Order: sequence, then C-alpha cells, then structure tokens
Amino acid sequence: MSALVDIRDLVVSYPDMARKPLLGAAPRNTVLHGITLAVGRGQIIGIVGESGSGKSTLGRAILRLIEPDQGQIVFDGTDITHLDDRALRALRPRFQMIFQDPMSSLNPRQTLHRLIATPLAIRGDTQAMDKAANALDRVGLPSRFLARYPHELSGGQRQRVGIARAIVQSPDFIVADEIASGLDVSSQAVVLTLLQDIVRETGTTLAFISHDLSVVRRLCDSVVVMAGGKIVEAARTTTLFNTPQSGYTRKLLEAIPLPEPDQVW
Amino acid sequence: MDEALRTSPRATPWRLWLSGGWLTLFFGVALLAPWIAPHDPLYQDLFLQRLPPFWIDGAETGHPLGTDSLGRDVASRLMHGASVAATVALIAGLATCLLGSVLGLLAGFYRGWVDQVISRIVDIWMSFPPVLFAILLVAVIGTGLTSVIVAIIVIDWTRFTRVVRAETMAQARMDYTEAAHVAGMSRFATLMREILPNVAPVILSVLTLQMGIAIVVEAILSFVNLSVSTDDPTWGGMIAEGRVSIHQAWWVLIFPMIALFLTVLSFTQFGDALRNRFDPVLR
Ligand SMILES: Nc1ncnc2c1ncn2[C@@H]1O[C@H](COP(=O)(O)OP(=O)(O)OP(=O)(O)O)[C@@H](O)[C@H]1O
Ligand SMILES: [Mg+2]
Repeated sequence: MSALVDIRDLVVSYPDMARKPLLGAAPRNTVLHGITLAVGRGQIIGIVGESGSGKSTLGRAILRLIEPDQGQIVFDGTDITHLDDRALRALRPRFQMIFQDPMSSLNPRQTLHRLIATPLAIRGDTQAMDKAANALDRVGLPSRFLARYPHELSGGQRQRVGIARAIVQSPDFIVADEIASGLDVSSQAVVLTLLQDIVRETGTTLAFISHDLSVVRRLCDSVVVMAGGKIVEAARTTTLFNTPQSGYTRKLLEAIPLPEPDQVW
Repeated sequence: MDEALRTSPRATPWRLWLSGGWLTLFFGVALLAPWIAPHDPLYQDLFLQRLPPFWIDGAETGHPLGTDSLGRDVASRLMHGASVAATVALIAGLATCLLGSVLGLLAGFYRGWVDQVISRIVDIWMSFPPVLFAILLVAVIGTGLTSVIVAIIVIDWTRFTRVVRAETMAQARMDYTEAAHVAGMSRFATLMREILPNVAPVILSVLTLQMGIAIVVEAILSFVNLSVSTDDPTWGGMIAEGRVSIHQAWWVLIFPMIALFLTVLSFTQFGDALRNRFDPVLR
C-alpha cells in the first residue's frame, strides 16, 4: 500500500525581515533543504532534532500552513502542493494539528463545547454539538466541562481539549507538535497515553514532533532525525536506538539519559 | 493593548450599579425631557432672575435648581441639555466606533497594502490638533448638531483604528487563528467569529470612552458657540453663560459641570465594569 503522506524534496524558506531593504522583497532564509519523507498509514512517526532544526516548519508545511518554495506534498494520492484555498478547505478535516500551547491555540472566549464543535459546524454538520460532547468524553473529561472556558482548566485538561478538537473530525493524519512540553511529568504521561490509545484504536497516522527522545522511543514506530533543515537519519525506532548510523544521531542519543525501554511512561 | 484600556482586576459590583444608575437616569431624562421638565427651557422671566437653588434662602419652589440671569429655569435647561448630550454620545460614539473599528480590524488582520494605506492615513490624521480641527470643520460646514456629530466622527475615528488594529494583530498572532485555519475556516470567518469576539472588549472600552469624549467635544463647541443654535440649551452653552455671571449666580455654571463630569465618568466606569462582569476571561 502506498504511503499516506509522501513528501518529496521539500524546500521551505522564511523572509528575513531584519535584512529587508527599504523597497522590495526581503531576502529569504531557507530552513528546510529538500526533505523527502514517506509516512505509512497507521504509523506513528517521530520527528526529533535540536531546537531550530526545522521540525515545526516541516509539520506546518505538510499541512499547507506555510507555502513551500519547492517540492511536492502528496496526501493519500492527491498532490496538495498547489491546491487552492477552497479545495484545501474541503480536505482540511482529513489532516489535523495539535498545537504545543493550548492556552494560545484554544480561543479564550469560547466554551469547550463550541471549541470542539466548530470544525464540524463550519461544514454544516447538524450533529456537531453531540459529536463534540462525545469527543470530550473520549478524552476523559466530564460532560459538565462543556460549558467551561479554556482558562478554567488545568494544563493537562486543556491539552486534552486540543486532542478532542483534532479527533472530532476523524482525521487520517495528525501532526502533534511538542504537545507535552508545557506539561508536568504526570500530565504528560496522561496526555501521551491518551493520544497513543486513540491513534492506535482509530488507525490514525501521527507525526509526533518532540525533542524528548525517551518519549519518542516508547511512542513511535519510526523516527526521523533532523538537523539544520535536513534529515540526518530515518529508521525504525528500534533500529535507530540500537544501531544509530550517523554520528549526529549517536551524539543525540548519548546526550540524553534514557530510562529502561520497557518502563511504562 | 493600550495600558490605559486594561481594566483593573478587581471587579466591584457597585461600580457597575453606580455608573449604570447614573447613565440610566441620564438617558431617561434625555428621552423624557420635553415631558418631565418643569418649565419651558427657553422661557425668560425677568422678574425671577438669578434665583438660587432650593436649599438657599430666597429660592422659589417651582425652580429647584434656581434660574439664570435671564430668569430661565436651570433644571429644565439641564434636562434639555441632556437630550443634546445623549444624542451626540450615541450617534457620534457609535458611528465613530463602527468606522474606526472596521478599518482597524481590516488593517490588523489583512496587513500588507491594506494596512499600509490605513496606517498612513491615520498618521496624517493624527498630526492635526483635534479641537482646532473640530472648530475649523464646524466653521466650514456650518454649526448645528449634525455638524458637531460629523466633526466628531471625522476627527475621532483614528482613536478606534489604532487600538483595534494593535489588538487585532496581537490576536491574529495567537495559535487559535491558525487552529481556525486548520479547522477549515475561511479567512473572513476567522476574523469575524474567532478574532472579533476577542477584540470586542477593547472596542467596548474605547466606545464608552469615546461617548464621554463626544459629550465633552460638544460642550467645548457649545462653549465657543459653534454647536447648536444659542437658543437651544446645551451643557456647554450653560457653562459659557454661567461663566459670565459666576459671582452672582454660581449655580448656573456648577450644575452643568457636575452633570458633565458625572456622565463622562460614568461612561468609562460603566465600560470597565461591564467587561469585568460579563467577559468570561476576566470574570
Ligand atoms: N515565522 C518565521 N519567520 C522567520 N523565521 C522563522 C519563522 N519560524 C521559524 N523560523 C526559523 O526557522 C528555523 C526552524 O524553526 P522551527 O520552528 O521549524 O524549528 P523547530 O525544530 O521546531 O525548533 P523548536 O524545537 O525550538 O520548536 C529556525 O531557525 C527559526 O528561527
Ligand atoms: Mg517547534
């Protein structure tokens, strides 16, 4: 079977406003230098690398939140690289994102009910409210929370709402960008276990962006190591951790004290 | 967000009740002035000049706040003046708010050339001294209530544009804007349904501030005789007349000043208190 997400030779750059001349366009800094990557259906793929290596940029480019300079993004057989806004909006429910900071990614003046139902309501789903209630239940929050606002939740609960909002649309693919980095250790475990359960149960494909190698080791089927906007190494998780090929990966593994691999969270 | 617009964290219900109570009285009197005013505000009774207010010896029962130097009833003039003030506050306040906020939202959300054009116009506009501008404008387009309202709108829309643009930009940078994009929401719907409700509290604050300012501007224009015709009672006109006879009849000056002060203060306090009470994030 073909890959669900197939990225070929992706190049992304940002305008460098600091060097913008008075008139004319700003020069651009290339931050992804030709990324080629295939993500199989139902796979959990970890994307790791040091800060600034381009992980978030890659995740956002896959979802067409940033326009790539070059390359191709194929989603489930459809080339979405140059899809226009309208066609893209029709596909949006199929690829979702969970953001790092739920305080910022959840609209502070909407109740959880509205927050979770919005993606469905946009498409005129008449059962949006019921489905939102179910999604909240699925992430383990009581239904009396439906009337609450994001600031009335704990960090971990807030991130569960982020998950609910993504899964309510039954997507095929989710990008989760550092979703546990703002949480304390015990909420991290709860949120990640929950995400893993849901993804496995529904067969959703997940791109899990993280700098926490021990989490990636437990959660992911395969891992991509990035440095300086390039993929340094891509392998199945066990292979990568047992026999890292590149010197960079080895350094990364040495730098992080890994707990026992079979320890649960 | 402008530091001045940030509300104090402790919501005090009495602030809401006091300012709301005064504003209810203000708008009620403004609406009902023709029926509840004890006298014709223009009727001159030269036998009853400069009667003092009720608690001072020599007061007449029919004139609780006294009369002015032409023997006109101060209480009645105050009530009719409230009608003018309320009309200006409502129409000029809302129209300024609408014009300025729409431009601020567009500039802050769409950026690019839209923002360039709007921001440059705001810069140029703000370099005119506002009161001078108002006087000049009314002098050119003629006096009268409509002119006063037009002048306030033309001068003050930039107040909304600047604040709303800045707040819209701050909100657009939040991840929930991108999350709306991921959810498949169109750009325009994102602006109206996700961002606008988060900018609204700031708009409300500036609106109540603006309503107070509109009343003051009208009073200033009346004071320099550029508002409604001198026959019609206005607070600014009363203050101007009262200034002349301040040593003989201070009450002609003091009552409209108190009314002006309390109304302007109540508007801003009401805006803040309303936010504290009903904004889910501040509550
Ligand atoms: N909006 C932007 N404008 C300009 N440059 C940007 C922008 N966003 C990111 N960059 C730059 O692109 C590079 C990659 O950033 P990216 O956010 O993808 O890194 P990351 O791997 O996610 O890092 P982290 O682990 O810190 O989240 C960095 O050098 C960053 O400075
Ligand atoms: Mg990142």
